[in-house]
Amino acid sequence: MSRKIVIPFGPQHPVLPEPIHLDLVLEDETVVEAVPSIGYVHRGLETLITKREYPEYVYIAERTCGICSFIHGMTYCQGIEQIMGVEVPDRAHYLRTIWSEYSRLHSHLLWLGLFADGMGFENLFMNCWRQRETVLDVLEETTGGRVIQGSCKVGGVRKDIPAATLERMLSDLDPFEIKLKELADIFLHDDSVIHRTKGVGILPPDEAYALGAVGPTGRGSGVAIDMRMTGYAAYGKLNFTPVVENDGDCYSRCAVRVKELFTSIDLIRQAIRQIPEGETEVKVKGNPDGEYFSRSEQPRGELVHYVKGNGTKHIVRSRIRTPTLTNIPPLVKMMQGCELADVPVIVLSIDPCIGCMER
Amino acid sequence: MSYMKKSPWIMHYDASSCNGCDIEVLACLTPLYDVERFGIINTGNPKHTDIFVVTGGINEQNRAVVKNIYDQIPEPKVVVAVGICATSGGVFRECYNIMGGIDKIIPVDVYVPGCAARPESIIDGIVTALGVLEKKRQLMKEPAGKTDVTGGEKK
Amino acid sequence: MTIEDQQTTVIDLSSLIGKVESFKNQGCRLVQMHCTRIEDNFEINYSFEKDLSFRTVRILVPMDTEVPSVSGIFWGAFIYENEMHDLFGVKVRGMNVDFKGNLIRTSVRYPFREPVFKGEGEGPCHERS
Repeated sequence: MSRKIVIPFGPQHPVLPEPIHLDLVLEDETVVEAVPSIGYVHRGLETLITKREYPEYVYIAERTCGICSFIHGMTYCQGIEQIMGVEVPDRAHYLRTIWSEYSRLHSHLLWLGLFADGMGFENLFMNCWRQRETVLDVLEETTGGRVIQGSCKVGGVRKDIPAATLERMLSDLDPFEIKLKELADIFLHDDSVIHRTKGVGILPPDEAYALGAVGPTGRGSGVAIDMRMTGYAAYGKLNFTPVVENDGDCYSRCAVRVKELFTSIDLIRQAIRQIPEGETEVKVKGNPDGEYFSRSEQPRGELVHYVKGNGTKHIVRSRIRTPTLTNIPPLVKMMQGCELADVPVIVLSIDPCIGCMER
Repeated sequence: MSYMKKSPWIMHYDASSCNGCDIEVLACLTPLYDVERFGIINTGNPKHTDIFVVTGGINEQNRAVVKNIYDQIPEPKVVVAVGICATSGGVFRECYNIMGGIDKIIPVDVYVPGCAARPESIIDGIVTALGVLEKKRQLMKEPAGKTDVTGGEKK
Repeated sequence: MTIEDQQTTVIDLSSLIGKVESFKNQGCRLVQMHCTRIEDNFEINYSFEKDLSFRTVRILVPMDTEVPSVSGIFWGAFIYENEMHDLFGVKVRGMNVDFKGNLIRTSVRYPFREPVFKGEGEGPCHERS
């Protein structure tokens, strides 16, 4: 009978750029139990909402996380707009969709790179991040910011994209897609990737649903939950089906993200082709009075921004439920019975965003 | 960069950043910016480190971690605070859990502004840090090598 | 344009567990749980979803009330319950994984009960007249 030992993993760990701490209970090389502890990046930013006026809080919401900042800002704005009954112009909806999908591309490429790095596939890491710069260039050109865009506001968007730029973005997508196909081929078919990810960290479909797994973590286990199906922003007018894989291992979760790169490109193409002319924002008068659970699909899964106003310019309560927080219980289940050497790959496979999670 | 006598190794720690600056630090290492061509390597081991790059402000839980990592880095060492949160706490300055910039805990040599700091300014900050590192190295060679050199070079 | 209809029902503390169980039996998933302080009470929300229909049940309890854990029904609820405990000081009875206040370690005990801010009266964030 072997002895149980506890190995601390993190907070500063070479594989993860962000601090998460796990206590791994091991029996020989096998993980029996994993206990997460968080709080290294906790800032308490939700309390700031009582200090800021509601249009200013967009900047705080965006800085919840630097990877999916646009979607955080947009979801918060959506919540306020729903409470106040603001009709956002159509063009703004399309622009939000375009920027959301570019954010998703940049986030997924970032993650694919880190995942490759976690497997020790340095070359692939570099190649993913090289392609990611193309996306960042577009974001920078159209919004002014590389990772924190600041282009969303309550009532619309701050900037319009000129028609000529939209045209060029559309034609630039073709060579970009070819480059991504090369990357996708490696992630889906390379022996060394398959060796590290197939059958590792299995989360069966029924468990994934019961534990509330969202985003690619859930969709990798056959749970077809995608908030874009609720049709917020312009998604209701675009043709879209969520990507689902059924094996529930690290390979499936990786495959979902790889395939979502191409859905994102497709959605951007549709949005640019359909985008109507018109205003990009409406003037918002008055203060929010009421509450709403604003939901959207972040690169990591379902994001919920709860806002509750009392008719003054200061909101009473903001609650940000980020997908990583929800994906922690599934992660704990995934790790039971895995080998110590696979822990980094499994932790990465849920795409943990600690900055988001702890707020 | 004629004064660059060696290839500095950097270590990056995310204090309580939103990730924006972290991914820009990583972006510096990847093909477009590629600081590895200067021999700059991102290491995970404090004992291998010359330049300690910190993003984000200090909070209750990570202050001991930052201090601990700093103490483990051998002399001479240089601390670069990347982004406005590491400099002063930034947009989160008022939060109850944020104690302020990195300089509340450890001496900082180079401050890199920006939210999120751009890769260009991060590289500039690291190049400035190389100068500080060289100065510290020479001071260590002198007999009265105990002189305090953590004056803080504002960029 | 309304994105989706959201129903919120206010229920008694005593019927909470039964209600949550019925959501589980209908095949809902737990979307989120959170707490808001309203004067001397805590408003605790439990949100569920099935096939894109979003429903919330809400209890309003005095601040020192002990709330039963729903982690026996939804295993993953422990993360929200520990979070509520650490941030607001909500007493939760019978969590399956109890961090005993160590999930989020903060400089202030139960910081979200009465948020405090640093640097009052300075900078652009100061209350404008």
